[in-house]
Amino acid sequence: MNLGKIVGVNGNLLTVEFEKPIIQNEVGFAKLGEIQLKSEVIRIRSRHAELQVFEDTGGLKVGDQVEFTGSLLSVELGPGLLTQVFDGLQNPLPALAEECGFFLQRGKYIKPLPREAKWKFTPTVNEGDTVVAGDAVGQVPEGVFNHRIMVPFHLPGRMTVKSVEPEGEFTVEDTVAVVADGKGREYEVKLMQVWPVKIPIKCYAERLRPTEPLATSQRIVDTFFPVARGGTYCVPGPFGAGKTVLQQITSRHADVDIVIIAACGERAGEVVETLREFPELTDPKTGRSLMERTLIICNTSSMPVAAREASVYTAVTIAEYYRQMGLSILLLADSTSRWAQALREMSGRLEEIPGEEAFPAYLESVIAAFYERGGVVRLNDGSIGSVTIGGNVSPAGGNFEEPVTQGTLKVVGAFHGLSRARSDARRYPAIDPLESWSKYKSIVDEDELAIARRFLHDGNEVGQMMKVVGEEGTSIDDFLVYLKAEYLDSVYLQQNAFNDVDAATPVDRQKHVFGFIVRLLNTQLKFENKDDARSFFQKLTQATRDWNQMAFDSDEFKKQEEQLNHQIAEVTDYA
Amino acid sequence: MHKVYHRIEQIAGNVIVVSAGGIIYGELAQVETGFSTSLAQVIRLEGNRVYLQVFAGGRGVSTDSKVRFLGRAMQIPFSENLLGRIFTGSGVPRDNGPVLSGNEISIGGPSVNPAKRIIPRNMVRTGIPMIDVFNTLVESQKLPIFSVAGEPYNELLARIALQAEVDIIILGGMGLKHDDYLYFRDYLEENGALSRSILYVHTAADPTVECTLVPDIALATAEQFALQDNRVLVLLTDMTNFADAMKEVAITMEQIPSNRGYPGDLYSQLASRYEKAVDFEGSGSITILAVTTMPGDDVTHPVPDNTGYITEGQFYLKNGRIEPFGSLSRLKQQVNGKTRDDHRIIMDTMIQLYASYRETLEKQSMGFRMSGWDEKLLKYGVRFENEMMALSVNIPLEEALDRGWKILADCFEPQETGIASKFTDKFWPDKA
Repeated sequence: MNLGKIVGVNGNLLTVEFEKPIIQNEVGFAKLGEIQLKSEVIRIRSRHAELQVFEDTGGLKVGDQVEFTGSLLSVELGPGLLTQVFDGLQNPLPALAEECGFFLQRGKYIKPLPREAKWKFTPTVNEGDTVVAGDAVGQVPEGVFNHRIMVPFHLPGRMTVKSVEPEGEFTVEDTVAVVADGKGREYEVKLMQVWPVKIPIKCYAERLRPTEPLATSQRIVDTFFPVARGGTYCVPGPFGAGKTVLQQITSRHADVDIVIIAACGERAGEVVETLREFPELTDPKTGRSLMERTLIICNTSSMPVAAREASVYTAVTIAEYYRQMGLSILLLADSTSRWAQALREMSGRLEEIPGEEAFPAYLESVIAAFYERGGVVRLNDGSIGSVTIGGNVSPAGGNFEEPVTQGTLKVVGAFHGLSRARSDARRYPAIDPLESWSKYKSIVDEDELAIARRFLHDGNEVGQMMKVVGEEGTSIDDFLVYLKAEYLDSVYLQQNAFNDVDAATPVDRQKHVFGFIVRLLNTQLKFENKDDARSFFQKLTQATRDWNQMAFDSDEFKKQEEQLNHQIAEVTDYA
Repeated sequence: MHKVYHRIEQIAGNVIVVSAGGIIYGELAQVETGFSTSLAQVIRLEGNRVYLQVFAGGRGVSTDSKVRFLGRAMQIPFSENLLGRIFTGSGVPRDNGPVLSGNEISIGGPSVNPAKRIIPRNMVRTGIPMIDVFNTLVESQKLPIFSVAGEPYNELLARIALQAEVDIIILGGMGLKHDDYLYFRDYLEENGALSRSILYVHTAADPTVECTLVPDIALATAEQFALQDNRVLVLLTDMTNFADAMKEVAITMEQIPSNRGYPGDLYSQLASRYEKAVDFEGSGSITILAVTTMPGDDVTHPVPDNTGYITEGQFYLKNGRIEPFGSLSRLKQQVNGKTRDDHRIIMDTMIQLYASYRETLEKQSMGFRMSGWDEKLLKYGVRFENEMMALSVNIPLEEALDRGWKILADCFEPQETGIASKFTDKFWPDKA
């Protein structure tokens, strides 16, 4: 046993004197009587190691023992992860609640995967087959998915299958196959394996470029600022701009197999809504409960800070694990700023030389490394899996010039900036259409999109100008550009999250409606005066909003469309 | 037997350093100075060097002052006898009552397991239409009042405390002016609410360290009462003073400041207090109303900014009124569908019309001609401000909704309000 001795305590930072060799980022347990407090080595200086403790350190004293485990901070991977609610260190919260009641007790760790549950294993390899790390030896059904049981990711080189169990029921700790390397060393394959969270899982053939759009059912996202499968995006915004609501909507409607929500340092109340509502909702894709495709990592703001830092890694590691099964995973992190703040707190305790706003100098590279764990990959068996990462950012004072937002913008593929002005005007989702951008391909035609963008841009300019010169000083042509842009904004960019139909717009419908709107934008309209023009657009907006709330391709929908076309035809300038 | 140490190696601000062995992180010590005895808490261990934060401050501590370690962390007595009492930030009686002891509880305890939380569901009635109708307060909510110095935020807080339907009121005063402290005490006493209240008050004249203890003590007590099936309302005023006290302590400890001198963990520190708001399933609840003064009316100042990210909405108190724009109760949707059918309609319509009124006011000030519609809005706006927004208005929700309909009917035709006709048919008052 490798033991160390505490020589200093400062907040959740321990200084420990050690004798035998220790590993950077290895896990240690500080002993406080009966309780063991999990901690991680974060710096080593001569005979002293500094450990961040994932719990409150009150009660420790100089001379207390620390036991080093020799392994890095890791998560358990195996069937039974989905539908669970974990804290940042992968403790199942409902199980903790059963044992400890209302409050989280420190030093209480429960095994993440249920040990008694039996899974029906079906082998997919035969004795003598050659496999490499990450290849499946069999599968078990988990909800609607075929959960692949894979050769442990850390095994090097080609392996030969020595034996494999026939179809049957196994627990996660049972061995289902034995593989041997070239030198004849044998390794057991169990239903579960353990993997360190800060090291990416790279058991795939190649990493591909994210090109296929990932539909979120939010019009402004899919059409204007699309997200690609395996891509990354960020959503910065001041408080009250609707980051969390937007994320909740995305987690419900996104066209992916599995959604992992990392609630990192935010309000507990928000997680509770997901927790209590998702089991009641149905996934339109499978017809099963939405919870069956969801996994929540929840380290809310009042839970220990060091575990908050670990929570995003726990989430992304689990996402990578399911990617190895050829599935498409969406990881939503709310909020990466809180995670960055956790880094800042530790950096401060370590008395490192601070960078901008006291964030550590390595902030940007840490953010980049995290987002780079997303991506779409071709697995060894040819199937495609992807991890898409969407991170919320909570910039101080709503100012995007701060280090976390800037560090994130450098590495993501799409930027959905929420603006206070739009949320104050109740224009939801409050994504700013002029500031946001995306490097991914939209679901609609690029040329048509360019037209729509130009209208938004020009309309905004006319609007600004009108504030100075008034409506009287604006020409009717400019005024029409303004009205068209406002129309596009109100009926397409804005979306009513509380209406059952409008809350989610599938791709087909988006293409259809967008085509309709672009036709209107391209149509020359003729009005006697500005008041007529305004009142025409007011009516058209109201009618189109009604149209948005009708089921796609229903008779009602078609009738309304006809009427809209009719309304437009009446004012069209055919000259 | 507790060890006594005589040699103090360093005194800087409120932090002293002594050489001692076997000391527990977080434990309390008694520091005897020539003038008084004060408690102190271990905040850092570094080999044999023990850093202590002296609650009464470093002033008067001599290099040979006696330091006696108590071997236990900060605890406060808890019992029904606390009700009606007033204490300082470190739990010493401020009134002339006896010192309480026994049944000690720890402060700053662990956080509630998110899996045990429930979706909030009960409205807290306050009798203030701007809250009840437009931004309903919900049991277990955490809500700050954003304000600038000079606004009547303490009066508002005291009034909500008195009128809210709760079992127990706990006031945590931080950096209060002595007058304000007396105001709270007298107001609660005159209205017969002192017997169900507990006051933990740190005044501006008291040592800074005590200020940082107030929220923890207040919330630890609240938690115990809530677990005994009580609905507890915790009032914290003013959280900006609390943050400033933390800043002072952090700077003395030579921590690297992050934003305008505040420590890097400001968010976590505030969150761990606010997150104590909870509804225990099958038991009581804690609702937190706090005051956050915004230096220079700047909402992007680190304290209100971080607070906004933590709390479930905010009330803006401006010019003696709760401002309808910017004020937000994130939990109102959970309850305002269950009060009365017309609640949400009145809420949305009156605010939209009031927004139009503000636009009209702007137009008027720029000298544009007023249309008939503008005249109606002007009439409406004034009535809305006087009969709904004024803090002197004190009526139950139902009466406020009726009054809303009456104001609308006096100013507009039903179709002008944008309310669907099925509702105007039902609720529009008959003109007498």
